[in-house]
Amino acid sequence: MAIIEDAVDRRSDTYARNREALAASVSELRGHVERIAEGGGAVARERHLKRGKLLPRDRIRTLLDTGSPFLELSQLAAFGMYDDDVPAAGIITGIGRVSGRECMIVANDATVKGGTYFPVTVKKHLRAQAIARENHLPCLYLVDSGGANLPNQDEVFPDREHFGRIFFNQANMSAEGIAQIAVVMGSCTAGGAYVPAMADQSIMVKNQATIFLGGPPLVKAATGEVVTAEELGGADVHTRVSGVADHMAENDAHALGIARTIVGNLNTSKAHGLDITPPRAPLYDAEEIYGIVSQDPKKPFDVRQIIARIVDGSEFDEFKPLYGQTLVTGFARIFGYPVGIIANNGILFSESALKGAHFVELCCQRNIPLVFLQNITGFMVGRKYESGGIAKDGAKLVNAVSCASVPKFTVVIGNSFGAGNYGMCGRAYDPRFLWMWPNSRISVMGGEQAANVLAQVKRDGIEGKGGTWSADEENAFKAPIQAQYERQGHPYYSSARLWDDGVIDPADTRMVLALALSATLNAPTRETRFGVFRM
Amino acid sequence: MTRPIRTLLIANRGEIAVRVMRTARDMGLKTVAVYSEADARALHVESADEAYPIGRAPARESYLRIDAILDAARKAGADAIHPGYGFLSENAEFADACEKAGIAFVGPPASAIRAMGSKSAAKALMEKAGVPLVPGYHGEDQDPALLAREADRIGYPVLIKASAGGGGKGMKVVREAGEFAEALASAQREAKNAFGDDRVLIEKYLTKPRHIEVQVFADSHGNCVYLHERDCSIQRRHQKVVEEAPAPGMSPERRARMGQAAVDAAKAVGYVGAGTVEFIAEGDGFFFMEMNTRLQVEHPVTEAITGQDLVEWQIRVARGEKLPLSQADIPLEGHAFEVRLYAEDPDKDFLPQVGRLDHLLLPAAIPGVRVDSGVRAGDSVSIHYDPMIAKIITYGADRAEAAGRMSAALAATEVVGLPTNRAFLQAIFATPAFAAAELDTGFIERHRAELLPGPAPASARDLTLASLFLLLDEARASAAAAEAQDPFSPWGLAPGWRLNRSAFVDLTFAAGAERIAVRAHYVPGGFRLDLPEGASVHVEGAMAADGTLEARLDGVRMRARVVRAGQRLTVFAAGAEASLDHVDPRLASIEATGTAGRLVAPMPGTITRVAVGAGDKVRKGDALVVVEAMKMEHTVAAPRDGIVGSVRFAVGDLVDEGAELLILEDAE
Repeated sequence: MAIIEDAVDRRSDTYARNREALAASVSELRGHVERIAEGGGAVARERHLKRGKLLPRDRIRTLLDTGSPFLELSQLAAFGMYDDDVPAAGIITGIGRVSGRECMIVANDATVKGGTYFPVTVKKHLRAQAIARENHLPCLYLVDSGGANLPNQDEVFPDREHFGRIFFNQANMSAEGIAQIAVVMGSCTAGGAYVPAMADQSIMVKNQATIFLGGPPLVKAATGEVVTAEELGGADVHTRVSGVADHMAENDAHALGIARTIVGNLNTSKAHGLDITPPRAPLYDAEEIYGIVSQDPKKPFDVRQIIARIVDGSEFDEFKPLYGQTLVTGFARIFGYPVGIIANNGILFSESALKGAHFVELCCQRNIPLVFLQNITGFMVGRKYESGGIAKDGAKLVNAVSCASVPKFTVVIGNSFGAGNYGMCGRAYDPRFLWMWPNSRISVMGGEQAANVLAQVKRDGIEGKGGTWSADEENAFKAPIQAQYERQGHPYYSSARLWDDGVIDPADTRMVLALALSATLNAPTRETRFGVFRM
Repeated sequence: MTRPIRTLLIANRGEIAVRVMRTARDMGLKTVAVYSEADARALHVESADEAYPIGRAPARESYLRIDAILDAARKAGADAIHPGYGFLSENAEFADACEKAGIAFVGPPASAIRAMGSKSAAKALMEKAGVPLVPGYHGEDQDPALLAREADRIGYPVLIKASAGGGGKGMKVVREAGEFAEALASAQREAKNAFGDDRVLIEKYLTKPRHIEVQVFADSHGNCVYLHERDCSIQRRHQKVVEEAPAPGMSPERRARMGQAAVDAAKAVGYVGAGTVEFIAEGDGFFFMEMNTRLQVEHPVTEAITGQDLVEWQIRVARGEKLPLSQADIPLEGHAFEVRLYAEDPDKDFLPQVGRLDHLLLPAAIPGVRVDSGVRAGDSVSIHYDPMIAKIITYGADRAEAAGRMSAALAATEVVGLPTNRAFLQAIFATPAFAAAELDTGFIERHRAELLPGPAPASARDLTLASLFLLLDEARASAAAAEAQDPFSPWGLAPGWRLNRSAFVDLTFAAGAERIAVRAHYVPGGFRLDLPEGASVHVEGAMAADGTLEARLDGVRMRARVVRAGQRLTVFAAGAEASLDHVDPRLASIEATGTAGRLVAPMPGTITRVAVGAGDKVRKGDALVVVEAMKMEHTVAAPRDGIVGSVRFAVGDLVDEGAELLILEDAE
């Protein structure tokens, strides 16, 4: 295979400035994540521990195989969203290995608002289930939640993608042979009771877990019966009498041990058909990406230098290298897995779109997973290009990307603006996973362009009525628009709302892609059928 | 007149059977093993050309059965039988039976065995032959004045013993003449009480006796030589632990005198073959104790310093050949040690241990090191036979070199599955007094504190290595988890990876009742471990397929091995070993279950007596159950007053160590 030559000038001022800026962003990101990992604060943690319970992240570590990686999802969910701080939206989700199998883990954090479901909590839970379903990952629910967050019930309960969907997903995943296992480690009231009840197998922790449709206060109000929580729905009742749960555990660690045993007996296997080779590290240091990525989004950089720091041996066999050069396509390996890479190297023209569509077809034909490295301000505009049919060529790319059934992975490494987002497998195109780099921005167009477009419209209106609009007035008009775009286009804003699966350190891109690629291999391969391409 | 020996049956087991076969094979003989049910897969069976079953596991039902062994010999067409040591090796009837069956007994004539079999008769015989005996008075005349005169003649200190006795009753050490009368009266009183007979005898009391024995060899042509001496003074409970040759401090003149005395002893009984004359020695004096009419366990040290193969000599003599060398031609070069590696627990008064050898690594047979063993990893040390695992023999140009090699060989010895005396043997060689050859039979008792320091708490190094092993072993298991389907899965190749965070894992160990927590942080290239008491260490390393760890602890490189058997981790590093249990909190803990009132077997063995039944009232100290193991009886007594709840075993049952024998309930 062809090796991408190193073309980075490590001594340039630009490199140094870029490096410093992105390293600072990464450091800031890690700071946020570290704080979020603390959950609901010292007092809540202390209270939780005093009850003899493990903290949710300790539960996950105990559940995982020793040393298993944990590909956490949506770490920044609900970041800056609610008036109160809701770290990680009060739920921790991610993929890790349990008894040698990649599993989806969904763990309530009872230290955050009692583990209740805020709107984004629901979204994060559903996203984890969607990933599990698409990639056939057994689901392990570590339940410790007070149920729906009542003040937010209108955005949590009634809609299609709300609380009820959790159980719908459980039923349908179970039907598809994707194991649903619940470990009840705290309260599990009302609707929440259906998580263990809908599970294939469930475990309850003695003197900690309770499952009931109505708690003691509700029972007393409804029937006058006085009963303790343990009598009403404790582990003993449900594992000996009601059969609502299957196993009674001595404590959290024991419960997680039982869950591991259950996963060990699932009899699942990975049947992928990929030609796999031993992994080889890239030839160049991944952290050099910091210096390559322009601090100024308007300054382009050669995406091949990024690819060289992600793929095995920095080897990349380009497809159509001389044609449609603003889109770089080619074959490589990540951790030994074959991938087709589609990466932006400028705005999209007809040729680049056609080349991209062709390459997607190749990869689908050959069952090769696709990796999109997105850095796109949009398709080329202007009379020449419209008359050249750039719309239908762009549509061909969107069509191909939409229908491609091979695993797709998207990493936003720069801009993600407008229709470019569609052609490069944005969130709406169902990539199996989508991540953003801390420097990236996502919006319908760039903030400056948006301000300019709106200012132009405004100016046309004013001047059409014979008025005048000074440069100062225009700048005053544009500033808040730019500010809004900057705020809403920031990856934290995106990640808080689950427009993506997480903000990642660019230097981790190879590992994140590799873990995700391996996880997707749990699902059987699906044949792609494309729609009608407008010729 | 020689008799041909083409097929040799070895009527023994374990290391000696394997060792005899080696020489026999070298001499072109066909080898035949016999085995009990317990030894069906034993090394000595697999080492032989043929092997015959001779009965059940207990020795009296197999290795002591003369008929079964002769039957096997006939079937195999054996023309000679080597008895090894122990079992039938000093059984005159067996020697007779062999000769009667027309099979050569590789050992002395039955008459010599009988002559030396009775200790008192042998001593009388030796006295007649002019072999020195411990000075003493054994006369019938019990006049106190005569006894005092005899004591003066013998020379103080003296020992007064009950003529009828044993077991220390009526035994008194008298250091000077002034104490004699009182001691005599006391000894007579005790003797009268204990045996109903107040007669006593007087012997020279040796304060720092050494055990020095001489290897002799005689052929059927009247030749008899000695192959120099061995010092076996390092003993405990009359069992040899370390043997060496030659004896330190032995002058050529004294060697010749002792050698000649031993030859005289052998000749006095018409000896043929290999024999050992044991002397007790103090100062310049040496006194005959007994003669062992067999090949000794410790014969390899003699082989080392003489360059001879004693089993080969035995077979030649049995064929009727003359001795290969005359006295003047027998070399004496260098120095040799032997230690006996036993399955026993030095911290529990050397209680013999039985169990499976989960892991066994004996020193490599490099120049200067010889290892004789009859077991392999995976074999069991059973209740039925001697719990010796191996003999390690080292040789050097001088005593210090041989001792150095022994220390290194012991450091390279690894046994997991049951306790051994390895560290105890190491401690002996590390003792300055041993290096200075200050040897006598009281050595072990005198240096007890040094030799048996008791269990030490797990060191930071051991904890670190045990942690590294667990982490690497998990990583290996993880990498192998999806071998077939996803062989290079990043899920198995990126230990501890986290998104935008660093990771750690908590490990819990137990050493006795103590719980030890270690937190391992994943750092590039290895781990940073938080150890107890705020200690921290950076550790990295790799584990080879055979479990060898190449580790760096804060940059210090070392080689180690950790062996896992169940939860038990045994750490071998720098010649020392330590054991820790790995506690996985994910497994339900059973320690919540109370152990009060449970009475458990102190060791594996056979129940020989059940003194109580369910419902019996017992008082503190009452014998409840007797367990026999290694020919020793252990009585399980009531720790307090109570009522027997239930008895779990009956007479004849085999029990494991820790098996619950019965439940003692509180009396109302």
